Amino acid sequence: MSGDTILKIDNLDVHYGDMQAVWDISLTVAAGQIISIIGANGAGKSTTLRSVAGLMPPSKGRIEFMGRDITALQPFQTVAEGIAMVPEGRCIFPSLTVKENLLIGAYTPRARKRAQVACQKIYNLFPILGERANQLGTNLSGGEQQILAIGRALMSEPKLILFDEISLGLAPLIIKDIYAKITEINREGISVVLVEQDIKRSLKASSWTYIFQEGHIALSGDPAVLTEEEVKKAYFGV
Amino acid sequence: MEDYLQPILNGILFGGLYAAVGVGLSMIFGIVKQVNLAHGDLMIVASYLTMILISGMSFLTPWTALILVIPAMFLVGFLIQKYLLNRFLGLGMEPPLIVAFGLSIIIQNGLLVLFSPDARLLETPLAIMSFRITDLLYIPVIHLVACMVGVALIILLHFFLSKTFLGRAIRAASDDENAAQLMGIDTRNIYAWAMGIAIASAAVAGTLVGTTSIFYPHTGPQYLIIAFGVIIIGGVGSMAGTLLGGLVLGLSQLLGGKIFGPGYQLLSGYIILLVLLAIRPQGLLGRARRAG
Repeated sequence: MSGDTILKIDNLDVHYGDMQAVWDISLTVAAGQIISIIGANGAGKSTTLRSVAGLMPPSKGRIEFMGRDITALQPFQTVAEGIAMVPEGRCIFPSLTVKENLLIGAYTPRARKRAQVACQKIYNLFPILGERANQLGTNLSGGEQQILAIGRALMSEPKLILFDEISLGLAPLIIKDIYAKITEINREGISVVLVEQDIKRSLKASSWTYIFQEGHIALSGDPAVLTEEEVKKAYFGV
Repeated sequence: MEDYLQPILNGILFGGLYAAVGVGLSMIFGIVKQVNLAHGDLMIVASYLTMILISGMSFLTPWTALILVIPAMFLVGFLIQKYLLNRFLGLGMEPPLIVAFGLSIIIQNGLLVLFSPDARLLETPLAIMSFRITDLLYIPVIHLVACMVGVALIILLHFFLSKTFLGRAIRAASDDENAAQLMGIDTRNIYAWAMGIAIASAAVAGTLVGTTSIFYPHTGPQYLIIAFGVIIIGGVGSMAGTLLGGLVLGLSQLLGGKIFGPGYQLLSGYIILLVLLAIRPQGLLGRARRAG
């Protein structure tokens, strides 16, 4: 399976009203791979991610997932295809308990049947969620909420997870833990796209990176091969 | 003091009925962030529907007719949301508000054409029965039934929202529309379900008000205002708040009427409403909602 392309974006343009945020982006994710998309604020990273999830319909280009055209799909349809997203700011449902937040993650008919078993698996992976199962999701600390958001995304039994700015506002020690979990999740065969402003951590975790600048791809390559000079130049555009 | 017992009792009984009137409006306001100005009119549609059914099938009573009226009105609500109001989602509060206002006018005039402006009542033998407690205190059976049905309706809706799969999805969509979509929830479909359930609750309320007092094609807005009163006093989106809002509104109307004379019944209810709006704008049990 490794080596097959799971996600393929061709010549994507995305507009917010009259303003173009993404220009002619093309990228691929291989099955089982972790890629990172880094760049400054407003570089179009999150917009690209939102387009893949179906939250932002692209104005041009094509998005293909496991060989199927998903360009025009709505978010609730991309989830059914096997794409989960951990949104920026976590977006835990405030009126749902931790357990209910997890169960709602398994809303698609495919995942729904195995929801209880999947929930137990998440508790094993993240024991804190099991301990806090009956508390309101928003009573958890920031780091725990991020873990809950990841657990909730896993509940849909995805083949690809999109992480949008997961380290935003979290303490370095917690970020380290979360990255360890991402690697663990990836080892189970789930492909990962990391969108980050935290360059070092995401470059280390990924086997391929795209550096975005003002809506364009400024540079892409194997993080192990790219020099710090090249990354800096592409990131800051100087 | 003893002559205050009757208005207090009646106020409580009215409270349960008012809560039933308000709960559907509160649900839709809390979940879809939409003000359904046609809520009262849809209640009255249900009253007329019940009337037709009873006159067509003489074995039906207003209560047994609910078996047909509830699903019919559920469907009406579902279709209104799915094919009309959903078209205006994401455009802010005003467009769906104006559409609902238009719907309200169409319904009222449609009812006028179909049924003439005559006053109607859903007749039931319960209307003339009462329990005697003391010489000064009677329980009117029809209001007792209306109150109990109203309270039961709210308990049922609370149970539905907190315990069922669909209820959980409705709460998630109400909390955060985008995040709910990322869970695989088709939020537009969920809104249609929520509206269907809200209008089914309006159908129950329509039967209750139709058996307790007369109605005309233009009675709807009167109940819309009561529904607003209930959710302003109690707080949006809270079932316990709706119940409390109904009780406070019912009691303040009946006690105001007793103290200042029957002409002040409605006014005293709205004065309490204004006072609460000034000191506790989120309602007695309303929670301050977090944005996004």
